[in-house]
Amino acid sequence: MSGMVKALRSVLQPVLLAVGLPVVILAVWWVLTAGSTSYFNPPLRTIVGVFGDTWFSSPFGESRIAVDVVPSVLRLLSGYAVALVVGVTLGVAIGSSRVLRAYAEPVLEFFRAIPPPVMVPILMLFLGIGDTMKIVVIATGCLWPILLNTVEGVRGLDPVLRDTARAYRLGRVATVRHLVLRGASPQIVTGARQALSIGIILMVISEMFAAKDGLGFSIVQFQRSFAIPEMWSGVILLGVVGVLLSLVFRAVTNAVLGWYLGYRQSQHGGA
Amino acid sequence: MNSAVNRISGGRTPVWALGLAGVATLLLVVEIMPRLGLVDARFLPPTSQILVALADRLGMPEFWTALGQTLTTWVTGLAISLVAGVVLGVVIGSVPALRAVTASTIEFLRPVPSVALIPVAILLYGTGMASTLLLVVYASFWQVLVQVLSGVQDVDPVASDTARSYRFSPLTRVRTVIWPTTLPYAMTGLRLAASVALILTVTGELLIGTPGIGKLLGIAQSSGAVASMYAYVVVAGLLGVAVNVLARVLESRVLFWHPSVRGEVAA
Repeated sequence: MSGMVKALRSVLQPVLLAVGLPVVILAVWWVLTAGSTSYFNPPLRTIVGVFGDTWFSSPFGESRIAVDVVPSVLRLLSGYAVALVVGVTLGVAIGSSRVLRAYAEPVLEFFRAIPPPVMVPILMLFLGIGDTMKIVVIATGCLWPILLNTVEGVRGLDPVLRDTARAYRLGRVATVRHLVLRGASPQIVTGARQALSIGIILMVISEMFAAKDGLGFSIVQFQRSFAIPEMWSGVILLGVVGVLLSLVFRAVTNAVLGWYLGYRQSQHGGA
Repeated sequence: MNSAVNRISGGRTPVWALGLAGVATLLLVVEIMPRLGLVDARFLPPTSQILVALADRLGMPEFWTALGQTLTTWVTGLAISLVAGVVLGVVIGSVPALRAVTASTIEFLRPVPSVALIPVAILLYGTGMASTLLLVVYASFWQVLVQVLSGVQDVDPVASDTARSYRFSPLTRVRTVIWPTTLPYAMTGLRLAASVALILTVTGELLIGTPGIGKLLGIAQSSGAVASMYAYVVVAGLLGVAVNVLARVLESRVLFWHPSVRGEVAA
């Protein structure tokens, strides 16, 4: 009997801990705004009420989820993928050559330091305001953290491993695949994580400048037309999208870096 | 970069000369491409014109006012997130129950993109500095908090137990045990937060219209002054470089005693 209680508690406790505070916060928000007549702070009940109608209207093909959110996320993923491929390729090339690195580093540091949103007006000149512009904006913003972290990772490769690969006459392709990419992958993942949050910001910003669809576009449109509960529902949805993407990212990281995380754990003696 | 010592082994060219050559190449390419008609000069003016526009800006009092406004917003936002992040991080981190209760909330709120708050900020605070500050603080606070939390977690359990058995007061424990371990993490958080804060300062100015460099960039864009638009982008980039350099210098100054910094100097 007490064993069952214990087992029940060991299951329930983490769930309660994880859910407890969010429930309290939402409850406080709900209660505090329940009688709210403030124009800008509508009751949470109203926001929740409009959430379904705003985003999931039927038929599904015409709902805002399909028309606005999906294109936004697709643009984000395309730009991110471009940045990942270009960043890792250039990063491996630059990281492997001392001369190239010394040559390119100040310029790269400058480009990285430019706050990515200021590139939007410039890219609008070249590419107009279509999907291409938005994808390029996302790609150029995501590129620098990935590129610079890859350079760092390649530079920090264990020289003994490098020499070993050379002594065994590992081919160029095999060296890059088994030694360089794998050895640099923890750093690459760090860069990719920073790039993802920049990418989400740019996804929204590129749509706030000029767009005909998208999550960021919808939210701004709601704000400008003073559809306040709808605007709040969009802000919440954007938050949820951010959280979901970071969960996917973590799952992918765990799969790709499983060997490294295990290695680190064994190094730390499981502490 | 210690240029006198830091020479490339085998080669004769010092690192700084190569870097300078890289910058010169960039300037040259941007100068030549529009002149040869490879890109439309209306979209990318040659370097010389951008530099002339930049020099023009530097002579204008409005430019310096805007730069001051940008820096004020940035510093204020960074200071708020630093204080809040360190205090909350140390408190939450040193009380296991608090840490357990807040973990899921922090994990949920952290990836919420700060730009989601732009419409909320506009409604609440209009186009003033407070609007942009809200974005800046929201974005950079998490960077500090998460780093400080992992720093507190990294405290040596033996040191922590020793302090407890000597009945150190909580304040002394924070000062002598937790803080020295956490400081390197807090500095990393500060460095990350500093650049994120700059990004959102300029973003807020550009999109919300808070006075500053970003707003001037927006005005240049809407009036089709392409060369000065590039000049402002250059300014924003240089500002970013300065922030990064400053954060690194500060980090190595504050952590001069820490093995990671001592190792760097020796190497």
